[in-house]
Amino acid sequence: MLDAHLRLSSLAHLGLAARSIEEAGDAGIALGEVPRRVALTLRGDGEDAAFLDAVGRALGTAPPLTANTVASLEDVVILWLGPDEWLVNAPAAREDALQALRSALGDLHHAVADVTESRTVLRLSGASARDLLAQGCSLDFHPSVFQPGMCAGSHLALTHVTIHQIAEDPVYEIHVHRSFADYLWRWLEAASEPYGLAVVTG
Amino acid sequence: MLLITCPWCGVREEHEFACGGEAHIVRPLDSHTLDDAEWADYVFMRRNPKGVQYERWVHNDGCRRWFNMARHTVSHEILAIYKVGEPKPEFEG
Ligand SMILES: [Zn+2]
Repeated sequence: MLDAHLRLSSLAHLGLAARSIEEAGDAGIALGEVPRRVALTLRGDGEDAAFLDAVGRALGTAPPLTANTVASLEDVVILWLGPDEWLVNAPAAREDALQALRSALGDLHHAVADVTESRTVLRLSGASARDLLAQGCSLDFHPSVFQPGMCAGSHLALTHVTIHQIAEDPVYEIHVHRSFADYLWRWLEAASEPYGLAVVTG
Repeated sequence: MLLITCPWCGVREEHEFACGGEAHIVRPLDSHTLDDAEWADYVFMRRNPKGVQYERWVHNDGCRRWFNMARHTVSHEILAIYKVGEPKPEFEG
């Protein structure tokens, strides 16, 4: 785990906070960076009741077993990445989550890794959010197909992302690896031009 | 562009996947007894059929899992997708 003074968002150089406004107004797109979160990858056997139970004890909720869905308890979120792989997101204050998982899982067959510094999360909302995503991603985000509580790994503007819908409006969270974050932000900003962009961060 | 049905994630576009070449190639267990020709056969020689090919694919940008596919190399028709360890379906041609 990095020392606090080394923790810098991969978008820090863009000065988003200074551009940020309170309300998106009539902009079709609102885009911002989510404040830093603890991120852990979790591997284990989804068919092993003891594994599911241990994760549930550590995080308050068991990992989702349905492909491309999310389980959450308050602000601890577990995204399905694969049949034996999940991404745990928790507020920065929950640094105990790593140790809690390791203690609960003990000798059970599993792997937990702290990947907090490996990615950043963008939050996308606004009336034109679906149109914007459609410019760079082939997933179907129509509300009859993709709803709150669903997530999917895919491409956005040729960049690997995990997209998680968190609200009906719609609001999406886009998990992107840090070395692609600058490129993806610039792409999203350029692609937002027809709709109007408001930077809403924090 | 193929549309490929990942056994876990459902229908996705080909762009999210990578092909890992011919499937069902078994590594020889008695490798210390192999001569160069037998090693070359295992490492390099592939069927390359005009017709039904059995191949491995990985859902790189989705669930990152490997699976098998039976695909016609002329029409690109996907005849079957099945998980690793499941029996190989037989097709003519
Ligand atoms: Zn998949």
